[in-house]
Amino acid sequence: MKFIKKHGVNIGIIAAFSLFAGYSVYTDYLPGLEIIKGNFRTFATELISMLPLMFILIGLFDVWLPKEKVQKHIGAGSGIKGSLLVALLAFMQAGPLYAAFPVAYTLWKKGCSRFNIFIYLGAFSTLKIPMLMFEIGFLGLKFSLLRIILTMPAVIAIAFIMDRYYARRSFEINTL
Amino acid sequence: MQLLLIITGACLILSFIGDRKKTVLGLKKGAMMFLKILPTILTVIIVVSILLYLVPEQKIAVWFGEESGIDGYVAAALVGSISLIQGFIAFPMAGVLVQSGVDYPVIAIFITTLLMVGIMTMPVEAKYFGWRLALIRNSLAFIFALAIGVFMGFLWNLF
Repeated sequence: MKFIKKHGVNIGIIAAFSLFAGYSVYTDYLPGLEIIKGNFRTFATELISMLPLMFILIGLFDVWLPKEKVQKHIGAGSGIKGSLLVALLAFMQAGPLYAAFPVAYTLWKKGCSRFNIFIYLGAFSTLKIPMLMFEIGFLGLKFSLLRIILTMPAVIAIAFIMDRYYARRSFEINTL
Repeated sequence: MQLLLIITGACLILSFIGDRKKTVLGLKKGAMMFLKILPTILTVIIVVSILLYLVPEQKIAVWFGEESGIDGYVAAALVGSISLIQGFIAFPMAGVLVQSGVDYPVIAIFITTLLMVGIMTMPVEAKYFGWRLALIRNSLAFIFALAIGVFMGFLWNLF
């Protein structure tokens, strides 16, 4: 019941879209079919194929990694080494930005520092090793290198500003 | 994708051998987190799918290409911030834009906002971090993306 209450609007939109999709398929309504078979299918495939795997890993991470260990390596006082470690973790992952949020939540719960959470989000959103070859292929090495060189300071600056901003405020990542 | 599958599979097997109860608990936790966020993500992809249908790629190319100077920069930043396009589509698309005469700094702004700013996914972000953080992070990313484009413009011809 709580679930339905919390997601009332979302469930309404999903139900309406399901009806629209059903209607489109039933009556061969072309714009509807194009939406479903084009963009929606691409996103839904990504969602269904990748996200469950991510959440399995997050769940396992949650039960296996002891808080003290995580805290020691990427918690407050872990310094540049900790930030590099978090960035490296982010670089190796793939997927859309919303896949980073639950990981950030788990890291935070395990004692990752606030600054490193922001570094993680920034690093995750800007550079992904699995994607890098793809980028170089289409836009060239010069573009990719310049982009990365310019983006890294921006990621660090954003993390610094946000960390400063939250120094006097309470910072929490919700359990949902 | 296949790599993720292999890694997850390996971790699962190792975890099961290590401790069955712990593994089940972990899977339950993961599943609960997944189910809780699923409706929000589904809504986002529905809205984005419809928006992307209404504004096709060719239109975007026109916005970036023909308007030179500041207009092109701003158009790229806005489209990049609103869109939710995966890298597998975005990079080839950017490649096409370059070939049709769009400048690299404009492409840099488009790619950077695309990656860092997510207006459409802000409801998901806010679920985890709250609206205040989502707004601040996205605004900062937007400003820095513009700066990256400007610097790119300076540096591009130097090398």
